[in-house]
Amino acid sequence: MRVTVTPEIVAQHGLKPDEYAHILRVLEREPNITELGIFSAMWNEHCSYKSSRVWLRTMPTTGPQVVCGPGENAGVVDIGGGQVAIFKMESHNHPSFIEPYQGAATGVGGIMRDVFTMGARPVANLNALRFGAPGNPRTRHLVSGVVAGIGGYGNCIGVPTIGGEVNFDPGYNGNILVNAMCIGVADADKVFYSTASGVGNPVVYVGSKTGRDGIHGASMASAEFDESSEERRPTVQVGDPFTEKLLLEACLELMAGDAVIAIQDMGAAGLTCSAVEMASKGGLGLALDLDKVPCREAGMTAYEMMLSESQERMLMVLHPDRIEAARAIFERWELAFAIVGETTATGRFIIRHQGEIVADLPVDVLAEQAPVYQRPWTATPPAPCLSAQDVPDTDDPGATLARLMGGPHLASRRWIWEQYDHMVMGDTVQRPGGDAAVVRVHGSRKGIAATTDVTPRYCAASPREGGKQAVAEAFRNLCAVGAKPLATTDCLNFGNPERPEIMGQLVGCIEGVSEACIVLDMPIVSGNVSLYNETSGIAIPPTPAIGAIGLLEDIDKMATIAFKQDGDVILLAGETAGHLGQSLYAREIAGRFDGAPPPVDLAAERRNGDFVRTQIVSGNIAAAHDISDGGLLIAVAEMALAGDRGCTLNVPESPVLRHAFLFGEDQARYVLCVAPEKAGALIEAARGNNVPIMKLGMVGSRDIILDGRSVHCVTGLRQAHENWFPSYMEG
Amino acid sequence: MKSCVIVFPGSNCDRDVAIALEASSGAAPQMIWHGETEIPECDLIVLPGGFSYGDYLRSGAMAARAPIMRSVVAKANAGTPVLGLCNGFQILTEAGLLPGALMRNAGLKFICRDVYLKVENSGALFTRLYSHGQIVRIPISHHDGNYFTDAAALDRLESAGRVAFRYCAADGAVSAAANPNGSLNNIAGILNGAGNVLGMMPHPERLIAPELGGSDGRALFDALAEALQCA
Repeated sequence: MRVTVTPEIVAQHGLKPDEYAHILRVLEREPNITELGIFSAMWNEHCSYKSSRVWLRTMPTTGPQVVCGPGENAGVVDIGGGQVAIFKMESHNHPSFIEPYQGAATGVGGIMRDVFTMGARPVANLNALRFGAPGNPRTRHLVSGVVAGIGGYGNCIGVPTIGGEVNFDPGYNGNILVNAMCIGVADADKVFYSTASGVGNPVVYVGSKTGRDGIHGASMASAEFDESSEERRPTVQVGDPFTEKLLLEACLELMAGDAVIAIQDMGAAGLTCSAVEMASKGGLGLALDLDKVPCREAGMTAYEMMLSESQERMLMVLHPDRIEAARAIFERWELAFAIVGETTATGRFIIRHQGEIVADLPVDVLAEQAPVYQRPWTATPPAPCLSAQDVPDTDDPGATLARLMGGPHLASRRWIWEQYDHMVMGDTVQRPGGDAAVVRVHGSRKGIAATTDVTPRYCAASPREGGKQAVAEAFRNLCAVGAKPLATTDCLNFGNPERPEIMGQLVGCIEGVSEACIVLDMPIVSGNVSLYNETSGIAIPPTPAIGAIGLLEDIDKMATIAFKQDGDVILLAGETAGHLGQSLYAREIAGRFDGAPPPVDLAAERRNGDFVRTQIVSGNIAAAHDISDGGLLIAVAEMALAGDRGCTLNVPESPVLRHAFLFGEDQARYVLCVAPEKAGALIEAARGNNVPIMKLGMVGSRDIILDGRSVHCVTGLRQAHENWFPSYMEG
Repeated sequence: MKSCVIVFPGSNCDRDVAIALEASSGAAPQMIWHGETEIPECDLIVLPGGFSYGDYLRSGAMAARAPIMRSVVAKANAGTPVLGLCNGFQILTEAGLLPGALMRNAGLKFICRDVYLKVENSGALFTRLYSHGQIVRIPISHHDGNYFTDAAALDRLESAGRVAFRYCAADGAVSAAANPNGSLNNIAGILNGAGNVLGMMPHPERLIAPELGGSDGRALFDALAEALQCA
C-alpha cells in the first residue's frame, strides 16, 4: 500500500501539526503510512499520557509495601508470606458507549491480561460504572449491555466479580464510564516485568490470531464524540473469554519455569505498543517480521497488523533455549505460537513485511519523546457552603428514607451483581453488598479486601475535596471490614484537557487524591487516564475513580455491615457537623444542587479508621459500616436490611439540625455495633484515641424506630430498596 | 476414595471441586486432561463446572465429544459413580448419560445466588447424608440451567424418584416463585436409572465451610467419601 502522507491524513491520525513537525525533525524525512500509524498509536493521549504526565509525576507512588509502582502492566504490593498482590483499574469508556457488551467485556479481558502478564493468577474483579440519567432513552440499553458484557467475560474465565459501584447522572448521558479492576496474587519471586534484555533473543507472539478488529481503538479513546460516533463501531474489539482462559492457564504454566525474559500483553495499539515498550525499557532495538504474525484474515497490510487491537494476545521475549518447551505448552492449549522477531542492539524498531522494510524508527523517540503538554488550567471556583438551615427539614423521615433507598442512587445493586459469578474460585468470604468485598488468599487465612469509590458530584463542586473524599471513602470501606489499607489504583476520567476548566478539574482531583494517599498511607501503584469524555462539547463530571485493596491477617476477624443480634448497642464514631451541601438529601429531596461538598479532614479519617480497624481485629465489634452517600440514617438502614432486623435510634440533643444529623454526609464516620457488655470499654477506648463517639440506639424489633416512633418497617424498606433496579430495567 | 476430575478447556470449577473432594476424603483427586483417552481405575469421576469450549455451539455439546468422554461413558455404564456439576450436568445430558437438556434460563440472564433445594431422593450414593425432604442452601451460577425433557421422560424421572433436588423456597415450598431458571418441575438435579450418575446445576463445592457463607454442600462430598472409602 503506497499512500502519500498529506496534512489531512496526519490529522485523521490525531496528530497535531506541531507534533507532526516534531516527527519530521527527528526522522529527517517523511514517515510512510505505516510509520505514521505507529507514531499515532504511541503518541495518542491514551498511550502517552501527554496531557496528564506532568501531573501524574506528582502523585505518591512509594511506600514500604510497594514492590512495583506505576509504569508496569499493574502495580505490585507486598501481602506478606512471600506473596504479592498485583492490581490495576483501567477504563474502557469510549468503546463501551458505542458497543456496550463488547466494550465492557474487552475492558475486563484487558485488565485481567495486565495482571496475569505479571505472573499473577487473577483472584477478583471489580468495576466502577457511570451511566446517564435513568430517564435517558439510551441508559437502560447501556446498563443491560455493559453488565452482560462484564459478566459474560468474567464468568466464563472463572474469576469472581466481587464488587464495584454504579452512579446515574445526566452528566454521563453522552459518555458512560466503564472502569474495570482486577486483582491477582503471585509469589513475590515470580513476578514478571516488561523489560526486554539480551541481544538476539526471540520475540514470541502467543494467543489469538490477529484480525482487522479494533484498528485505531486507542486513537478513538483519545477523541471526543459527536453525532457520528456510532460509525466508529468497527473500532471496538471483540472479546473471546474462552481463549483468554486458555491464554491465562498457558502463560501461568510457562511462567512456572524460567523461559520468560519479558512479557507484555497486546492491549491498546496491540503489537506496536507492546513491542516498543519492551524494547524501550530494555534500552534495545527490536526487529519484527510480519510474515510470521499469525493472521486471522488474508491480505492484511503492515499498517493493519501493527494497529490491530485483536484481543487475547501476548508478546514475549524468551530465552532461546526454552523455545521448544514454551511452544509445547501453547500448542497443548491450542493457541497460536510464533517467533515473530528478535531483540537487537540497534535501538531501532524495524518492521519487515513481504521482504521489504516497512518501518524503521528509533525506539526511544517512539516511547519517550511523545509530546508532553503543560496544558493551561483554571481552578474550579470554590462553591459556597450550603447551610443546613437553608435546606428544608423533612416531616416524614421514614418516607424520605424509603425514597432515597428506593431511588437510583441508593437502591440495591443486586440486579447487577447476581449476573456476575462472585463465588467461583471458592475464596469469596465477603460477597458484594457490604463496604468492601473480601477474597481469601488461597490456601491461607489471610484476606484481600477491595473497593472502588468516587463521588463525582463532590468532585464537580470541588475537585480537590472530591479527590480527597474518593480516597477517604475507599480507606473507610477497607477499615470497616477490618482490613489494613495497602495501596491504590486510579482511573482518572475527565473531559477534554485542552479546555482550561477541564484541565483545572484534573489538576484539582490529582492534588486531592495525592494528599489523601499520603496521609492515609495508600500509595498509587497503577492506573490510567481517560480524557476526552465529551460529546458535542459537554464533558462528564470529573470522575477520579479510586480502586483500593487492603489486607486482613485473619479472615475470622472480618466485620460485615449486618446487624447481628437484638440488644447490640449502636454507636456513631466520628464528628457530625450536619453538612448537607452536595448530599443526596439536598439534591434528591430538597432539589438543591449547589453548595460545597463535605470537607475531608484526613487526619480525622486516619485516626477514626485506624481505631475502627483495631477494634474490629480485636474482636470488639459486632458490625461496622462506613457512612457515605445519604448519611447516617441510610447507613443504619443498610445495616438493618443486611441483618434483617430493626433498631431503635435516638437523635441526641445537639446544635445540629435533625435532618442534617440524619442525612448529612460528614466524612470520617462509621456506625458501629457492639454487644452491650462491651459498649462501655469501646466508648472509653474511642475517647482515649480522640475519636468522637456517641450512643445512637439499639438493635431490635422489625422496624426502624426514631425517637420513639416507627418510621419504617424493615420488610417494606427492603421492598423499596430491592425493587428499583429490576423494575427500572424491565421498563 | 480415588477420584478423577476431568479438565476441559474452559473448565473453571475444577480446582474448587478438587478442594471439596480432598476436604471430605483426605485424598486429592487426579486431574484428567480432556485429550486423554483412558480414565485410570477410580471410585468417582467428576465433571466440573465452567465454560468448556466457551459454551460455543451449545453448553456442554463440544465437551461431550472430547476424547476422554468415551471412557467416562464406558465407566458410567459399568457402574462407576459420576458427578456432573453445572457445566458437568450439561455435558452429561449432551453425552446421553442423563436425559433432557439445559436450556437458557427463563429470565435470559446469568444468575449467581444462593438458592434453596429440597432433597427429593436421599437414598442415592450422593445424597445419603441428607434426610428426605431436607432443605439445603446451595448457590447456583449459570446461564443455561432451565431443565427440559419430554413428557414421557419426565414421567419416568418422577415416577422412579430420580429427581434428586428441586428448587424451593426457604420454607420448602416448591413454587414457580422459587424457580430461578424455569426448569420443569423445579428440577435442580437428576439421577440416571441405575443411580450412579448425578447431574445438578447448583454448586455444592462452593458452600463447604462457614467462612464461605455456609456448609450445606459439604454433606454431598462427605457421603461420597464415606461410601467409597474402602471401595
